[in-house]
Amino acid sequence: MEVGQMQRSLVDYTKSLFLEGVLDGQFLQLQQLQDETNPDFVAEVVSLFFEDSQRLLNDLTRTLDQPNVDFKIVDAHVHQLKGSSSSIGAQRVKNSCIAFRNSCEAQNIEGCMRCLQQVKQEYFLAKNKLETLFRLEQQIVAAGGSIPIMELSF
Amino acid sequence: MNKIRALVVDDNMVNQTIHHRLLKNLGIENQVVKNGKEAVDVHSSGKYFDLILMDMDMPIMNGIEATRRLRAMGIRCMIAGVTTRSLDQEKQEFMEAGLDDYQEKPLTKAKLVSILHKINYTT
Repeated sequence: MEVGQMQRSLVDYTKSLFLEGVLDGQFLQLQQLQDETNPDFVAEVVSLFFEDSQRLLNDLTRTLDQPNVDFKIVDAHVHQLKGSSSSIGAQRVKNSCIAFRNSCEAQNIEGCMRCLQQVKQEYFLAKNKLETLFRLEQQIVAAGGSIPIMELSF
Repeated sequence: MNKIRALVVDDNMVNQTIHHRLLKNLGIENQVVKNGKEAVDVHSSGKYFDLILMDMDMPIMNGIEATRRLRAMGIRCMIAGVTTRSLDQEKQEFMEAGLDDYQEKPLTKAKLVSILHKINYTT
């Protein structure tokens, strides 16, 4: 595939992530912080997000598996996940965290279990899509092209 | 205007990295610590900052307690609370601890610039 076509695919793919609500404007903020002095900034932050989220999801699974669920601990973990997902612009993960905190506040175990599944699903969707996005970027760079800059105007 | 120095106080690595970079991109040197106690300790060791970006929920010492202690130590610099909490009562408690400003996460360049304007720092 020629570079121009790869760049167009990347732009289309990125747009689809915004249209599907996987990402929001905060992700563009991150992209704006990346420059030639710091070319891997977005990938680095996102990889920190993956590590952090995986740890929190494991902790949440363990906490909700206890015979007596400590909702304070559940809420603290969900709060963390909400914070980091909103910081990288993983909008659907963030939104599912908001629903999760409501179930937690109502001390609804079944609701919390459902929300945990939902958050996991959204997290793996975002992870998968972001990994594809970075792969497309790497292919463009490997072919000698530059990454097109995304604008908010779509 | 002279260069200013900032301190980022946040337990989350994702936020630490983003806040550090946001400041750096605006030409502001900054140090990162991971809880309120470290923020107090770094001041006790004699360091001075013009701006502190303070998270609220952190282990060991949260942002409210850290802000109170820093003010009690006579630290007069701009402390901006940066948090995802949005309940009025929590916000009020954080403000009363001695904040000069409060911004909801996620922090953006525009929010940071608005904080900097309050200390007359133009980017």
